[in-house]
Amino acid sequence: MFNYKNVLSTIEMVEREHLDIRTVTMGISLLPCIRATGEATAQAVYDAVCKKAENIVKVSEALSKEYGIPIVNKRVSVTPVSLICAAFPEKAILTGKALDKAAKTLGIDFLGGYSALVHKGTADYEKTFLKSIPEVLSVTEKLCSSVNVGSSKSGINMDAVKLMGQVVKSTAAATADRDGFGCAKLVVFCNAVEDNPFMAGAFHGVGESDTVINVGVSGPGVVQHAIEAVPDADLAEIAETVKRTAFKITRAGQLIAKEAAKRLNASFGIVDLSLAPTPARGDSVAQILEAIGLESVGTHGTTACLAMLNDAVKKGGVMASSQVGGLSGAFIPVSEDIGMIEAAERGDINLDKLEAMTAVCSVGLDMIAIPGETSAETISAIIADEAAIGMINNKTTAVRVIPVPGKGVGEQVNFGGLLGRAPIMPVHEKSSGKFVARGGLIPAPIHSNKN
Amino acid sequence: MRAVVTVIGKDKTGIISKVSTFLAERQVNILDISQTILEEYFAMIMLVDLSGATQKLADLAEECKLMGEKIGMSVHVQHEDIFKAMHSV
Repeated sequence: MFNYKNVLSTIEMVEREHLDIRTVTMGISLLPCIRATGEATAQAVYDAVCKKAENIVKVSEALSKEYGIPIVNKRVSVTPVSLICAAFPEKAILTGKALDKAAKTLGIDFLGGYSALVHKGTADYEKTFLKSIPEVLSVTEKLCSSVNVGSSKSGINMDAVKLMGQVVKSTAAATADRDGFGCAKLVVFCNAVEDNPFMAGAFHGVGESDTVINVGVSGPGVVQHAIEAVPDADLAEIAETVKRTAFKITRAGQLIAKEAAKRLNASFGIVDLSLAPTPARGDSVAQILEAIGLESVGTHGTTACLAMLNDAVKKGGVMASSQVGGLSGAFIPVSEDIGMIEAAERGDINLDKLEAMTAVCSVGLDMIAIPGETSAETISAIIADEAAIGMINNKTTAVRVIPVPGKGVGEQVNFGGLLGRAPIMPVHEKSSGKFVARGGLIPAPIHSNKN
Repeated sequence: MRAVVTVIGKDKTGIISKVSTFLAERQVNILDISQTILEEYFAMIMLVDLSGATQKLADLAEECKLMGEKIGMSVHVQHEDIFKAMHSV
């Protein structure tokens, strides 16, 4: 029989501390859907996604009830669409629309994979594809897009970085009526991973099998509560507490992932250990850092606390799951975390501190609203800085910024739901234009040469 | 299949009787039961067998939640594996 403490602690985690499975994401290979024309391909893609994922919502809801753990999002990720539409990139938008339609048919929350991998060079078909992103994101709702512009092995494709600055700007302009909402569905990566269940950056890598279930867990509130229960602990003891907590959270994820894969007739892929916050109070990574002993996230000591937290989460999680992958760390999105939102409103956290934090955690500058008048070159330079951190540190980094059209510092943008609200943060005003205009490739670092 | 039923709330008379009758009506067999009062709160944990049950686990969980609301208690029914997974190595 089970002991009271354990049973009641699980129930308390769900009821009071926001423990949930953030997402059950089905990765689907679209490679068998390539046809002779853009139209036929889009139709084949729609049919394949609707067929493979037809039960994902039903199964997730049943699992959620049976195990008593909420499953917040059901998602699908697909093979990067730039590959599927390489022969007719000007028609990629048809596949984008077909995927969005499939997402609506299935009743899932998001579908990721309107993506391109251009970390070493940009083929002509990829250039056409990248330029289609703003329009696609303006006419779709659930479709997410990501672009990998660098890797530790290949360096940083600065031509793609330059282009992505423009793509981000155009996406904001194309969705200006919704405060640039399209940019919330667009991530620029360095070292993108092929089995990430989280949006907006999920895509299904070509090295994966045809149908895979990846699960992302969430539990910042549980970790915060555990830390608050040991007020006099030193940092080694805090790290131990986080490890133990991460273990429990991840085990729940592992159980759901295995069972979901079985019922959906898919392979079990990975459990992503990321601590993913929501805008709800008590479900915040920033508040964990504050529970450790910072007056506000963003003050001196933030990077050190985050480094410890991120590492402890991994150590606890790795033992709890047979296969760990995805991004696996602490997320620090600004608009999706109440502690971050409030720190940004108070002016206690800025872009420079966030950039430093991304060096020690997953993933990057995430869900940050910046002034609408920010130039494409400045956005490219922000992407380049973040990609450099990822490239040198052998980790995934990403940029998801929203240059909110017509709004400036001091104003706010509200995307609602899990995407939350964000005060617009200032960027540096001096130009990075000449650096960005040079283009070319930033060569891979010496430590990438391991053969 | 086995599940864990937890009943938590302010103590009053007849809780065990109501919950066990409700389960019996659905052919849910109670294998083990333990109950305590933590401060003034009633906490009961039951291990039950659903192999002969008239309802599926997901539906039973939903019904028990509603039944709990009626008697002013928080009632959960969860697959036993979630507790095994989270609290044992």
